[in-house]
Amino acid sequence: MLTLEIDGKPVEVEDGATVMDAANKLGIYIPHFCYHKKLSIAANCRMCLVEVERAPKPLPACATPATNGMKVRTHSRKAITAQKGVMEFLLINHPLDCPICDQGGECQLQDLAVGYGQSAHRFAEAKRVVADKDLGPLIDTFMTRCINCTRCVRFLAEIGGFQELGQAFRGEHAEILPFLGQTVHSEISGNVIDLCPVGALTSKPFLYRARTWELTRRRSISPHDAWGSNLIVQSKHDTVKRVLPLEFEAINECWLSDRDRFAYEGLNASDRLTRPMVKTDGRWVEVAWQTALEVAANRLASVAEENGDDALAFLAHPMSTVEELYLLKALGAAFGAAVDTRIRQRDARADLARGKVAWLNGSITEIVESDGHWFLGADVRRELPLMAVRLRAAAKAGARIVRWDDSDDDWRIPGVDPHKLTAPAMLVALVHFAKHLGVTLPDWAVGLVQQPSPLSAAEFDALSAALRGAQKRRIWLGRPLRAHPNAAEFEWLAEAIAGALGAKLGWLVDGANAVGAAVVGAQATQTAHQLASAGKAGYLLVNLEPEDFAAPDAVADSFARARTVVALTPYASESLKAAADVLLPIAPFTETSGTLVNIEGRLQSFTAVVRPREMTRPGWKVLAALTAMRTGRSVAYTASDAVRDAALPQGWRTQLAQHGLTAIAPAPTLHASAIPAFDRVTLYQGDMIVRRSASLQATDDAKAERGATIPSEEAAA
Amino acid sequence: MLSPEALARIDREIAKYPAGQKQSAVMAALRIAQEEKGWLSEETIAFVADYLEMPPVAVYEVATFYNMYDLAPVGKYKLTVCTNLPCALSGGYHAAEHLKERLGIDFNETTPDGLFTLKEGECMGACGDAPVLLVNNHRMCCRMTRERLDALLETLKRQATENTQ
Ligand code: SF4
Ligand code: FES
Ligand code: FES
Repeated sequence: MLTLEIDGKPVEVEDGATVMDAANKLGIYIPHFCYHKKLSIAANCRMCLVEVERAPKPLPACATPATNGMKVRTHSRKAITAQKGVMEFLLINHPLDCPICDQGGECQLQDLAVGYGQSAHRFAEAKRVVADKDLGPLIDTFMTRCINCTRCVRFLAEIGGFQELGQAFRGEHAEILPFLGQTVHSEISGNVIDLCPVGALTSKPFLYRARTWELTRRRSISPHDAWGSNLIVQSKHDTVKRVLPLEFEAINECWLSDRDRFAYEGLNASDRLTRPMVKTDGRWVEVAWQTALEVAANRLASVAEENGDDALAFLAHPMSTVEELYLLKALGAAFGAAVDTRIRQRDARADLARGKVAWLNGSITEIVESDGHWFLGADVRRELPLMAVRLRAAAKAGARIVRWDDSDDDWRIPGVDPHKLTAPAMLVALVHFAKHLGVTLPDWAVGLVQQPSPLSAAEFDALSAALRGAQKRRIWLGRPLRAHPNAAEFEWLAEAIAGALGAKLGWLVDGANAVGAAVVGAQATQTAHQLASAGKAGYLLVNLEPEDFAAPDAVADSFARARTVVALTPYASESLKAAADVLLPIAPFTETSGTLVNIEGRLQSFTAVVRPREMTRPGWKVLAALTAMRTGRSVAYTASDAVRDAALPQGWRTQLAQHGLTAIAPAPTLHASAIPAFDRVTLYQGDMIVRRSASLQATDDAKAERGATIPSEEAAA
Repeated sequence: MLSPEALARIDREIAKYPAGQKQSAVMAALRIAQEEKGWLSEETIAFVADYLEMPPVAVYEVATFYNMYDLAPVGKYKLTVCTNLPCALSGGYHAAEHLKERLGIDFNETTPDGLFTLKEGECMGACGDAPVLLVNNHRMCCRMTRERLDALLETLKRQATENTQ
C-alpha cells in the first residue's frame, strides 16, 4: 500500500496505482479524455495534467504512478494553467459545430471547454478537416471532431479482441481509420459511441432523432440474450429513441452488445400489432378485446374437447417474462396443454434426466477467475457477446481456453486453442476421451467407441493436462450442443469427463429468461421445437413466430395444418398471419413490467418505459384473462410483482443444477453416421424484436445469416 | 507475395525477439518488403500483417507514421532533402529549389522518366554537414551545393543507364 496526498487529503492505494486512481478513490475529479478505467493507459490527450511536488513540470495523472509521500495538487495555479493550455490546443482543430453535433449536451469536450476553454481563439490559421469513414450501419463518423484520444482503437483491440481501427499518419495528419477497404465488424462495436468523448463517433440509428435533454430515462433489462445486461432505455413522446448501458459491474460492466443496444429499432417497426384481430373465413378483422379473448378461448376449448388429450401446445419464446410464463403454465393446466419455451432444442431428454435447471452454474464474475475453460459446441461471440468479453479478460490473465466445435468463426480471444469437430466427430472424440480417462462407458456408446478417434491419445493427454493445470476448471455446453438431438449423450459424456477432471459444468442457455422458464416449470416432456413440429391440433404462441424455431419451415407447416393457432404477439408479420387465426397484441418489454432470470440465476425485474401502443396489453394480463375465462374463476393479481412472488417462492434457487445428468432414457445405441450436424447460432435472428431492427439487419453479420441455409428438420432427423 | 529471400530476412528479424512477439519485427519487415517491392502497397501491408499475425490496421499505423516508408510508387532514386532548421539555415531550401528546377518536379513528384522522386525530409541527425539529402533512404549526401547536386544527378543518371544496358 502507498500513502499519498491529493489536494491536501491523504489517501491509501495499492502498489502500481496511478495518481488518477488515487484521485478517483477520493472522489476528486481530474479532467481527462483518453483515460478510461477499463482501457489501457495511452496518456495522449494530456488533459489530466496535475502539479506534483518536486516534479519540474506538470505530470499526466492517468500515467503517473503513485508513490509514497507524493503530494499532488489538481487545482493549483500550475495545474489549471497546464489544463487550460491543453484545452486550447485541443480546440485548435476542433470544429465549433456543437449546435449541429449529435453529442451536444453529453460531450466531454463541450463540458470541459466550459471549465477550461477560452472564449476566443488565438489560433487564426485554418483548422484541419478529416474525411469521414464508413464504419458500417451502426456507427456514424464525423472525423473532423476527433481529438485522437484513441479510446475507440484501444476498445476494439483490448475489449473487442481485434484491432479494427487504428491511428494512421502522425502529428497534424493523424487520423482514426479502419484498414483500407475494411470496416468494423465487432459484435460489441457500439460501445465506441459511448467511449468517444466527442461527437466523432455517433449512433447511426439515433442520429438527429433527439437531444439528450429531451429524453426520459428508465432502467430496464435486455431480453435478447441470457446475460441480463442492464439498460438505460431513453424515450421521447412514448417512443423508445435509444438504449444505453446501465453500468453494472457484475453483469455487463459498462458495455452492451450491439444486439442489446440497437435492437430497440424493432420496437417501432411498422408491423406492430396494435389491435386484436380474428381470422374468419380467411379474412382478418379487427375486433374488441373481449370478443378476441372469447374467440381464442372458445377455439382452444373446442380443440381440447374434440381432439382429446395431447391436442394442444402452448409455446413461448424464452425471452418471455417469469410472470408471463407462470401464467401460461396455469393456462396450460386449465386446457390440458403442454407448455414449453425450448424453441431451438431438439432433445428433451437432457433436461428431463437432469431434473434440475441448466444455468451458468456460478456467477458471471467467476468466469474471469476460472483459469481453465473447455467449450463444447459453443459459439460464444454470437450466443453471449459479453461472455466473450469476460473470456478475453480471463485469457489476458493467463487462462487456458480450448474450444471444440464445427465453426470457423474467430472468437477474437487471444490464445484460444480450437479443434474443429463436426457433431458426430465430437461425440466420438468425447467417448474416446472419457474412456481414456477411465470412465465406464454405457451401452449406447459401444458403437461410437468402435469408430477411430478424431484426436490422438497425446492430444487427450494435452487437453487433460491443460485443464488439470488450472485451479478452477470449467466445461461449457454451448447452445448448438444443447440444441442437438443428442444433447443428452453429449451432456452425459461432459459430466463424466468433468467428474474425472474435477471440472465444473456450465450451460450456455438460450433466451433471456431460459433459466426463469425452467424454474417456473414451463417445460414439457417434449421441447417447444418438438411440440411445434408435431402437428398438434391447436397452438397458443407467446412472442413467437415460425422463424424462431429450429426448423421454421416444418413448424410453419405444422401451424398451417392446426385447427387453431392463437398468437399473443407485439407484431403481426406475414408468417404469423398465415399461421394464426387469432392475434392478440401484447406488450414488448418496454411497455410492461416483468422479471427475467439471467444465466447466473439473478432475478431482475423491470418496469414499463413507455405506454403500451394503442390497444396493446401486458402479456401476463391477457394470459390471466384467458385462464379466468376457461376456469370461470377470476385470477386475483393486480400487479406483476404479485405474479412474480407466486411464481418464484422462497428457495427457488435450489432448483439450479450443480451437475450434469448421469443417466439418460431412452438411450438407444448410437452410430456416428446417424448423428446430424450442429445448428448455427445467429447473432441477429434470435427474436421478434432483433429481426425487426433495420440497422442490425443491415450489418454484414445479419446479411450473411439471412443468406445462410438453416438445416431443415428432414436433414436433421 | 515476397520472395523466399525476403521472407528469410524477415524470419531473421523475428528471431531477434522472444517467441510470441513477432510484431516487434514489424518495422524491419516493412523495410525489407519495401526494398523488394519498391513501395508499400495495401496488399504488401496486408501480407506483412498476416505474416506477423497482426491486425492489418496496426501495420498500417506503423507504415504511415514513418517518412521512409513509401505508400505510393517512387522513382528509381528517391531524393529526400532535409529542410529542418539547421539545414534550412545552411541552404537546405536552396538545395531543394535547385533540384526542383533541374528535375522539373515539385516535392512528392516523380520525373516522367521514372528516375527521380523528390521528398522533403526531417532532421537526419547530420546537421553539422548541412544541407544534407538522402538517396533511397540509405545513402547520405552532405554539404549539397549546386555543383555537388548537379554531380550527384549526373552520377545517378549514368548509373541508371549503365544498369539498364
Ligand atoms: S474517434 Fe472519438 S474515441 Fe476515437 S480517437 Fe477520435 S475522439 Fe477518441
Ligand atoms: S487522460 Fe491523462 S493524458 Fe489523457
Ligand atoms: S536539420 Fe537537416 S540534418 Fe538536422
